[in-house]
Amino acid sequence: MLYRETGQFKTSYRRDQAIFPIAQDRWCVALVLVAAYGVVPALANEYWLQAVLIPFLIYALAAIGLNLLTGYTGQLSLGTGGFMAVGAYTAYKLTTAMPDLNIVIVFLFAGIVAAAVGLVFGLPSLRIKGLYLAVTTLAAQFFLVWLFNRVAWFYNYNPSGTITAPPRTLMGIMVTGPEATAAVRYLVVLSFVVFFALIAKNLVRSEIGRTWMAIRDMDVAAEIIGIRPLTTKLSAFAVSSFYCGIAGALMLFVYLGSVETLAFDINVSFEVLFMVIIGGLGSILGSIIGAAFITILPIFLTNAPHLVGLEMRVDLAKEIELIIFGGFIIAFLILEPRGLARLWQIGKEKLRRWPFPY
Amino acid sequence: MGSRESLLSVEGVSLSFGAVQALVDVSIEVYGGEILAIIGPNGAGKTSLLNVINGVYRPQQGRLVFMGQARPRNLRPYHVARQGIARTFQNVALFKGMSTLDNLMTGRVLHMRSGLLSQALYWGRALREEEAQRAYVERVINFLEIEAIRKTPVGRLPYGLQKRVELGRALAAEPRLLLLDEPMAGMNVEEKEDMCRFILDIRDEFDITCVLIEHDMGVVMDISDRIVVLDYGRKIADGSPDEVRANPDVIDAYLGVAHA
Ligand SMILES: Nc1ncnc2c1ncn2[C@@H]1O[C@H](COP(=O)(O)OP(=O)(O)OP(=O)(O)O)[C@@H](O)[C@H]1O
Ligand SMILES: [Mg+2]
Repeated sequence: MLYRETGQFKTSYRRDQAIFPIAQDRWCVALVLVAAYGVVPALANEYWLQAVLIPFLIYALAAIGLNLLTGYTGQLSLGTGGFMAVGAYTAYKLTTAMPDLNIVIVFLFAGIVAAAVGLVFGLPSLRIKGLYLAVTTLAAQFFLVWLFNRVAWFYNYNPSGTITAPPRTLMGIMVTGPEATAAVRYLVVLSFVVFFALIAKNLVRSEIGRTWMAIRDMDVAAEIIGIRPLTTKLSAFAVSSFYCGIAGALMLFVYLGSVETLAFDINVSFEVLFMVIIGGLGSILGSIIGAAFITILPIFLTNAPHLVGLEMRVDLAKEIELIIFGGFIIAFLILEPRGLARLWQIGKEKLRRWPFPY
Repeated sequence: MGSRESLLSVEGVSLSFGAVQALVDVSIEVYGGEILAIIGPNGAGKTSLLNVINGVYRPQQGRLVFMGQARPRNLRPYHVARQGIARTFQNVALFKGMSTLDNLMTGRVLHMRSGLLSQALYWGRALREEEAQRAYVERVINFLEIEAIRKTPVGRLPYGLQKRVELGRALAAEPRLLLLDEPMAGMNVEEKEDMCRFILDIRDEFDITCVLIEHDMGVVMDISDRIVVLDYGRKIADGSPDEVRANPDVIDAYLGVAHA
């Protein structure tokens, strides 16, 4: 089928404002969903689910969250890991205190607490911009990790200092803990990502998303047409941290099972930021593509030498991985700040006009 | 023209930046339904005056009265917007990453009431509001004849069209008072004619009072009901185009250049 907008007349504003106005896009999304829910769990083995797809999806959620703040609102943040930690520790404390509470509610509550913490650390954004703001969010990152390390109440005085996700069920099926199968855990994470990606898409095409972008593009003009800079930036911090909080809770409960604060250190913040940059600032799809790229590339690099019969030491592969990431990030920042998502969009535009070059 | 009722009074406003006196004891009346032009040489303080009206700068002295109400000193620009004052900028200040349509929709921010949850689900009140506001924005788009660039990211538009979109964004706010800072700067004759027509129609069809800063004397004399002349931060003349043209101070300070 050709990728064409022609002939698809929109007869109402509602149709024109639909989430996927072009029919081919709707088909594409439907196809991906069918594959993700139907085909993948049937075909993928334990390794692919546990080591590739689950972390990819969790990072995609965090990347969407950071993109709302950095890509859509223009507020650079290095606190992602810290806000994820808030989500993980909140969910842990809540479910150990109230074991009967539905696990989905636990995750949502973790997001809300992370949102509140994000809001507090977003307060300096009224006065501070750009790199300086990044430094204050860096302070949030270090403070939060320090706090969860230091105050034993957060890890229930466990002598090892780790927190472990207890087994919990959802509609009678084990979704966390050692007995939950990889396929079930994958489906849980997938559902969270699909739902919250749609929510994010709705937010950025609504009033709140436009005010975020207005602050990003021209804050003086935004204020003069009636946008309050503080509430707008704080709403972005809150929503963004909500996403990161849920991603952090999923990281503990559905992916790692047991963590120390190390799982949420500054490297996580940088990794998510790289995903957003490579995937595309100001794009929900880009966040997902970026997360896929950064989680899958290392696996590819570790396995590729074997495929062609080469032996590569693990530490060397790790170094090469860093060099490649660094190269990509510099290339994207200079050549295409809107990332892989923009390349995808350009491809689509070409396709829409094909076979006419102009 | 229009009722002679004062919409905005600027009373004895003085503004300085360190040693630079941008405005010195300036008093101006803006009457409802008129087109008032502010002219003056470069650096005369015209843009600074608009910034004071918008609440971007706080004057050291003087006060503003809008629709009969004295304005509190600590009013922020977004409060001023709420009172019904909109603005375009000397250097285009559009939201570059957004389409024409989204820029205009953003202009309607003060007419939107739906909550976060409703927007997150794009359902109920948020959906109804998007449609209702879109209808108003489409009216502005038709009026400004920018239908063809509705979905174009504004960063890709030529300068003349960007100015027009910026006017649209201010118009979408449905203000009572519209401040235009050199809306025709850098335009060719044809574009200027279009812009003049729009400004006149905005006053007549949308019933919006306009204050505009403009350097092109022909345009100013043609479309304005009244002219205020600033020079070195002081008001040196205030009256109808004919009065201002005949004012010896103005001829010295400003028009004199053309006469010499
Ligand atoms: N933010 C500021 N800080 C310092 N000085 C300023 C500031 N804004 C304006 N000025 C000074 O105030 C004076 C008036 O500037 P303003 O921009 O109001 O002039 P203008 O009449 O709009 O000129 P133009 O026709 O060039 O736009 C100038 O001397 C300018 O340098
Ligand atoms: Mg000026």
